[in-house]
Amino acid sequence: MSDSASQSAVDERLKNESFGARLMKRPELGAIAGVILVTIFFLATADPAMFTLSGVVNFMTPAAQLGILAIGAALLMIGGEFDLSIGSMVAFAGLFFAAATVTMGLPLSIAIPATFVFAALMGSLNGFIVIRSGLPSFIVTLAFLFILRGLSLVGLKLATGGSTQLRGVREAVEDDWLAPFFSGDAFSGLFAWLAKNGLIETFKSGTPKVPGFPVEIIWFLIIAILATWVLLRTPVGNWIFAAGGDPNAATNSGVPVRKVKISLFMVTACCAALVAIITVMDAGSTDARRGFQKEFEAIIAAVIGGCLLTGGYGSAIGAFFGATIFGMVVIGLTYTSFDQDWFQVFLGGMLLIAVLFNNAIRKRVTGER
Amino acid sequence: MTEDTKFHHGDVPEHAPIVEMRDIEKHFGNIIALAGVSFDVKPGECHCLLGDNGAGKSTFIKTMSGVHKPTKGEIYFEGRPMSFDSPRDAMEAGIATVFQDLAMIPLMSVTRNFFMGREPTKGSGPLKRLDIEKMNATTMEEMRRLGINLRAPDQAVGTLSGGERQTVAIARAVHFGAKVLILDEPTSALGVRQTSNVLATIDKVRKQGVGVVFISHNVRHALAVGDRFTVLNRGKTLGTATRGEISPEELQDLMAGGQELAELEGSLGGTV
Repeated sequence: MSDSASQSAVDERLKNESFGARLMKRPELGAIAGVILVTIFFLATADPAMFTLSGVVNFMTPAAQLGILAIGAALLMIGGEFDLSIGSMVAFAGLFFAAATVTMGLPLSIAIPATFVFAALMGSLNGFIVIRSGLPSFIVTLAFLFILRGLSLVGLKLATGGSTQLRGVREAVEDDWLAPFFSGDAFSGLFAWLAKNGLIETFKSGTPKVPGFPVEIIWFLIIAILATWVLLRTPVGNWIFAAGGDPNAATNSGVPVRKVKISLFMVTACCAALVAIITVMDAGSTDARRGFQKEFEAIIAAVIGGCLLTGGYGSAIGAFFGATIFGMVVIGLTYTSFDQDWFQVFLGGMLLIAVLFNNAIRKRVTGER
Repeated sequence: MTEDTKFHHGDVPEHAPIVEMRDIEKHFGNIIALAGVSFDVKPGECHCLLGDNGAGKSTFIKTMSGVHKPTKGEIYFEGRPMSFDSPRDAMEAGIATVFQDLAMIPLMSVTRNFFMGREPTKGSGPLKRLDIEKMNATTMEEMRRLGINLRAPDQAVGTLSGGERQTVAIARAVHFGAKVLILDEPTSALGVRQTSNVLATIDKVRKQGVGVVFISHNVRHALAVGDRFTVLNRGKTLGTATRGEISPEELQDLMAGGQELAELEGSLGGTV
C-alpha cells in the first residue's frame, strides 16, 4: 500500500527513510527474500542444469499452476476470508470441463465460458453462505472441500460408467481454435528463431530444448499483474483491503463489503477453474484426485507472500513469489542429491517462518508494541 | 476551570438550525429509550449533548444519523420535515457521524482510509484508476487545515495517536461535505494533551460553518468548547442552556439527576 507520491512540504518529523526501511514495509518483502535464499541454496547444492532456460521453465510450470490458485487465495485472504475448497474446485471444474468437451462434445468456445460460469456460481454459493450465516469461511469452505471432492468422484463415475478417470479430452479439443490459449507452449515461433540464431540451447537436430513458454506461465504473469493493478490502483482494491481490515468500519464508510467478498469467492473459484482447464487439457484427461491438497499449498504460498491470516494485508506479487519458491523447491530437489520428501519439511518450515515474520511486520506497520 | 474559555472565540452566529428534532420518542418493544427529546444544531455552533451512561445519548444520535427511525416526533432538516431511511441517506443530506470506533482501518494508509468507499479516479474504461496524487495531496491538505502535519500520507493509521485518528475521521467527514458533524464521545479514551487537540479541532471545524454535535459525559470537556448544552436524563431532555448561563456544578448535577451526586461529591472532596 505504498501510495508513494511526492510530498510538497518537508516535515521535520519525517526522518529520511532508508531504502531498506521502506522495503521493510512492503508485504512481499519476505517472499522476495525467500526466493533469493532458495536460489542461493540451489545454486550451491543443485545441478547447474536447474538454472538453465529449460530448468527454469521446468520449475516455473508447477509454480504457475499453483500460483494462479495462490493469487486467487491471496486476494480472498486480503479480503478477510479463506477458501479451503479450491483444490476440490479444481477437480470439480475439471470434471465439468471434461464432461462438456468429451461427453457432450461442446466446442471450447462454449465449454470454457460455461466452466467459468459454473465455477463462479459455486464460488458465489460459498460466499453467500459465509456472508449470510456469519460463520467463519474456514468451516463453510471446509464443508465444500468434501462436498466438491465427493461430487467429483460421483460425477466421474456417472460420466464414465464407473471409472474415476475421464479420458479423451485431448482428442476432443485438439483442433479447436481456442486450444492454443489454454494448452501447449506460447511464443514457439520466437523460441525457434532464438534457437536458429544460437541464442538458446538446442538439441542436435536444431530444435530448441524449450519449445516455448508453457501457457500457464503466461497466464500466471498476466493474473499477477492484473491482481496487483486492481489491489494498488483501483477503488475495488481499496475495498478489498478495507473489507478484510475491518468489515464494520468499511461498511460504515460506504464500502459494499458483501459484494466485494462474494466477488472474491467467485474470482478464487474461477482461478481454480482456469487451473483445471489448463491441466486437464495438458493431461488429456481428468480424475478425482486433481487439485488434491492444492488449497493448503495455495494458502501457504499466499502467506509466504505476506498475506495475514486475519485479512486486510498482503500482496499479489508476494503470492507470485510464494508460488515461485514452491516450484523451485519441489522441482529443485530433483536436481540435488537430497531425498525429495524433504519438500514437505521445507514447506512447513517456510510457512512457520513466514507467519512469524508477517506477524512482526504487521506490528511494525500498525505501530503496535 | 481554566479550560473554560480556551477553545471558545466569540458568540454563536444567529442562524436557523440545520437540524431540528422535536419531541423525539423511541421505543424498543416495551422499553422507552427516548421519551420526548428536543434538540437542534445551528451552523457554526457546537452543541453539547450531555448525559450519564444509559441516559439515551446513543439512541438519540443513532436516530439523528438515520440508524433508528423515531417512534414519535419530527425531524426537520434545513427547515423541511425529513425522514432518513438509512445512515447513507443522512450522510448524503450532510449529517456525518464519527462513532467511537472511528471507522478506520489500522493496517491501511491514512489516504486509503480517508477516501475509503469514495475513491476519486482518473482515466476511463479499463485504465480507470485511483488518482493517488490527488488523494495524497487532499489528505495532507485537509489534515493541515485541522492543524495536523502528517508525516506521510502513506503511513498506516495504526501508527497515529488516538487524537490524530480522531482528527482524520473528522477531516474526512468535513471534506465530504458534512453540514452537521456528530461526534460520539470523541474525548473519552484520550489523554489530556490529545483531548485538547481534539477540542481545538472541533473549534476549527465550527469556524468552517459546520454544526457540531458533541456527545460527552465529561462536563469539563463540554464546557471547554460548547456553545450550548443540553442534558439528557432517563430519556428526556432536562433543558438547554447557553454558554455562561450555567456552572459546571449545575451541569454535573443535572446529568446525575440531582441531589445524590452533590452529596457523593462532598464526600470525595470535589474530585468528580
